[in-house]
Amino acid sequence: MRSLYSLQTDRTTRRARFAFPAGRVLKKAGLQVGLTAGILAFVLAGAVSAQHRITGSGDLQAKISYCKDCHGVSAQGFNGYYPIPRLAGQQPEYIENQLRAFTEHRRTNNIMFNVAHSLSPAMINALTAHFASLNPPPIGGAPRQLVATGRKIFEDGMPEVNIAACAACHGPEATGSGQIPRLAGQLYPYMIKTLSNWDKERGRNPTVPDAAAIMSPVAHSLNKSQIEAVAAFVSTLRSSRATPNTVQ
Amino acid sequence: MRGNGLKAAVLIACCWIFHPAGSDAEVLAVRNCNWCHGGSASGYPPAPALAAQRPQYVAKQLANFRAHTRDNPFSRQYMWGAARNLDADSVRNLALYFANLPPRAASDGVPSLVGLGQTIYQEGMPEANVVACVVCHGPNGEGIRDIPRLGGLDSTYLRRRLEQWNQGYHAAAGPPMISIASKLSDDQIEALASYLSFIK
Repeated sequence: MRSLYSLQTDRTTRRARFAFPAGRVLKKAGLQVGLTAGILAFVLAGAVSAQHRITGSGDLQAKISYCKDCHGVSAQGFNGYYPIPRLAGQQPEYIENQLRAFTEHRRTNNIMFNVAHSLSPAMINALTAHFASLNPPPIGGAPRQLVATGRKIFEDGMPEVNIAACAACHGPEATGSGQIPRLAGQLYPYMIKTLSNWDKERGRNPTVPDAAAIMSPVAHSLNKSQIEAVAAFVSTLRSSRATPNTVQ
Repeated sequence: MRGNGLKAAVLIACCWIFHPAGSDAEVLAVRNCNWCHGGSASGYPPAPALAAQRPQYVAKQLANFRAHTRDNPFSRQYMWGAARNLDADSVRNLALYFANLPPRAASDGVPSLVGLGQTIYQEGMPEANVVACVVCHGPNGEGIRDIPRLGGLDSTYLRRRLEQWNQGYHAAAGPPMISIASKLSDDQIEALASYLSFIK
């Protein structure tokens, strides 16, 4: 919650900076007395309009539509030039944490860095609740012959190389919990890309350590074919129920 | 534009006179395409460049012309007829032929709009709910699988297509382009078309 507040503070500061040129005009016109009041009015107006943006259901619908332009009409994910992950059924706390990870430079992605900056905390809450409530079938596309091997790694781990069962943290149905993501139905190429590039994309800010450190050794211990097998298995998983849609 | 349309109509009419048949069909089919799409298939407005276009995209569009689901005025006028008699083998061979031709940038956009176009393409406009085109169409507009190459296409074609999504054409193509294009202003479309036309 503390970091949510700090995000809010950043946004307010940026708004205040925007207000300055208007203040300068007032000053030139000799209305120095109005300067402080002018800035205050601007900041307050900004705060009020921000409040409106958060609560307006039309704005929420527009933002949901924006997310789905890339992440798919049911947020089921989409294979563009880059694989765009499934958000449907994703844990709200995980999405919220990842959006903060982009702005805090913990997670590297230029596109999502800009997207995350445009979202208020209240908007993030509304969006994560919406995505958690969706449960479309996986889009598929993984080689079927890899699924059995992937299931074994997911359920049993590989004790001989010190890899725990994925199910231990991500849950037996790969639905995730809290900041641990749901993997069920996640895109096959997205899973491969993420596990292969873990340290290049995640846990990038040494001053803000996060849960990415837990996955780092696991991602390193998996070889290419094991990554592909696990990716194939989870990408085929359906979940019998939608994810509880509130941040715990 | 009207002059171009007339020229294309005359050329298409010529295509029909020399109907492809027998073992020459393949060569004739390519030659027929080049009447409108330009020498080396590098585009001849209003017909877009096909050189280096994604083969899966070309094949899919030819199927859409045949099924009449790609339904803008030029498609109806020219491509529905041109694609009507192509069998599956011809479609595959044509698509591969064009994919292997080297791309050549049309470079016919407005240079002063390139900066804005590049920003929209590479970064999107999150505050305005406009997504970044790069995510699907690739860092150089090269496309992938059945997602088309956009880099180097002529700006009039790009502008027309972006406008047409919002005019009710290609409704059968499905998401997400209808939704994305509906959020772009005329100026933003012009900027995107200009930027893309210069990409080599």
